[in-house]
Amino acid sequence: MSWRHTIHHRSYHFSDLKTLLAKASPHRSGDALAGLSADTYEERVAAQMTLADLPLKTFLQQAVIPYEQDEITRLIMDTHDATAFAPIASLTVGGLRDWLLSDLADTATLRQTAAGITPEMAAAVSKLMRNQDLISAARKMEVVTKFRNTIGLKGRLSVRLQPNHNTDDPKGIAASMIDGLLYGSGDAVIGINPATDSPEAVISLLTLIDNFRQQYHVPTQSCVLCHITTAMQVMRKAPVDLVFQSIGGTEKTNRSFGVSLSLLEEAYTAALELKRGTIGNNVMYFETGQGSSLSANAHEDVDQQTCESRAYAVARRFNPLLVNTVVGFIGPEYLFDGKQIIRAALEDHFCGKLLGLPMGVDVCYTNHANADQDDMDTLLTLLGVAGCNFVMGVPGADDIMLNYQSTSFHDALYIRQALGLRPAPEFEQWLIQYGLMDQNGKALPVPSSHLLLQNYL
Amino acid sequence: MSEELYITPDPWSGLRRFTAARIALGRTGAAIPLREVLQFRLAHAHARDAVFSALDLRLFTQQPWEINILHSEAADRTDYLQRPDKGRKLHPASAASFAPANKDVAIIVVDGLSATAANQHAIPLIERLMPMLLSRKISCAPIQLVQQGRVAIGDEIGGLLQAKLSILLIGERPGLSSPDSLGVYLTFSPRPGITDEARNCISNIRPEGLPYDMAAAKIFYLVQEALRLQLTGIMLKDNYTPALP
Repeated sequence: MSWRHTIHHRSYHFSDLKTLLAKASPHRSGDALAGLSADTYEERVAAQMTLADLPLKTFLQQAVIPYEQDEITRLIMDTHDATAFAPIASLTVGGLRDWLLSDLADTATLRQTAAGITPEMAAAVSKLMRNQDLISAARKMEVVTKFRNTIGLKGRLSVRLQPNHNTDDPKGIAASMIDGLLYGSGDAVIGINPATDSPEAVISLLTLIDNFRQQYHVPTQSCVLCHITTAMQVMRKAPVDLVFQSIGGTEKTNRSFGVSLSLLEEAYTAALELKRGTIGNNVMYFETGQGSSLSANAHEDVDQQTCESRAYAVARRFNPLLVNTVVGFIGPEYLFDGKQIIRAALEDHFCGKLLGLPMGVDVCYTNHANADQDDMDTLLTLLGVAGCNFVMGVPGADDIMLNYQSTSFHDALYIRQALGLRPAPEFEQWLIQYGLMDQNGKALPVPSSHLLLQNYL
Repeated sequence: MSEELYITPDPWSGLRRFTAARIALGRTGAAIPLREVLQFRLAHAHARDAVFSALDLRLFTQQPWEINILHSEAADRTDYLQRPDKGRKLHPASAASFAPANKDVAIIVVDGLSATAANQHAIPLIERLMPMLLSRKISCAPIQLVQQGRVAIGDEIGGLLQAKLSILLIGERPGLSSPDSLGVYLTFSPRPGITDEARNCISNIRPEGLPYDMAAAKIFYLVQEALRLQLTGIMLKDNYTPALP
């Protein structure tokens, strides 16, 4: 099926669904690099006007990547919940936008609708929405997950403590971990990006965090972000809480990551059997990011934001504890500057939440992107308002292993204080008990005699 | 600022000996103390300046080597940053300027994401490497200097020169602590279409990282092995162990 839209005698032709979605996408460098962007400002609005009138049902009849060709398309089509979709089945994409912002779409209704919405519907509606719309709709959604604590409750913001070290030195990692915990970070997960993917290194890092966690009774979970096959290999020998994997929105992208749906299913089943969660069994941690499909030459002529949204269908299958869009890591050829990074982060957070995922955002940039700390402050504040489940905590915002800038432990304190957001309830109690925070959420000065410092200074 | 009246210090600065991470910064309210904010901003400024730095052509043409100056298809930095494909291709005028040299190796210096790194470290590195190569009668084509280039542009250049092996020196993406890191890529039988698993990479060459002498010795080892085995990439293992001082 193709569409035509005429503005002042100029007729625009969109030959298929993926072209229409790409042309309707707000400008970003990655779509231009792929040759998929609208050619003019007018063409972009023409595409958006066409998309606004498109019935949502179209997405159940037409796939952006053929069903026979891509297992993620098959996953999306085969698991679509017609009952959940029924209340919005008669809407157009534009109608969905208006409905999402209306008072009818409250927290409970949005939760019930999630399984009826496909990634392409979410991507489509987000392309019509302003940043303000993406924030106010997401703010109404609540996605709660549990392992050793409760993440995603309204009015709460959790932090992934990211104590990376360029050579995986255990003392160096412990030093950053203690720094973060003393600053109130670490309730989403204590998660290390290892410098090497060797099983021995992964086992020693997992043991390090787990011993520390048990010694000080920290109500959180750990993860070493190795490849999923490495995690499967070590999970009988080492304390694996969460199983991590980077995922993308096309079968080819996932192949470039060395995974498939069946491999993810196998890892998920094995991780569930470990039964290490105390109050819940969300055992997966996924990372995504716009541009990964194009970067792997696996985008199938689908725009990068739609590809990203399709990755959420993969995540949704495995009931993750955390989904993190690493928005500014990929570089300026995909997201050029602060404006594009901010827009992409709000889209990802909204689309993920709409599909029922526990979304967090790595508010970040690389040194060759046209962005700085001011852009990150803006984005962090917007995400705090939007009700983001978690952000990263990196010492001084400077990740010495991955060589990029993310949010700091101080940034997490700032956003919690500015918006009155609190840590996960179990972790909050721990912070109070350890004298790191008062009942009002204020950070307390730490004496040199503090228990966490005793064995390390 | 010298008094730092309002700063809550972190009494665990002793942990800093274990990591270069920015820990125990202290705080005022929830904020990082200004002293640290300015240090961070300075590091970022160095990284940004490095991204927008340009090759110092005069510096290279003053050397006693035959130099050929080339340009990619990327018009300027903004184009370069958004269009990595253009940085991988020679501008037609540059591509037309070649004659095959039929030498063993082609040394190619590329600005990459930090011309600062190339300006500072390429010459001292080549000064150490050249005598090593000549001592084993490994012949070198004229040195190629490339503006607005990426790693893969060396494949086109090496192919046009009909070199057996390319040694490409390129400024790496600047980190906050390293705005001037030089990377070296070795590619056997360079020609367009080669992928990254067919290369060997030596990273972080600078006095505070991998020093020149060690880097040159490592490259020399890999060059000899590549020419002997007729390959580079994952099959060429970096078994070189430098003698410790």
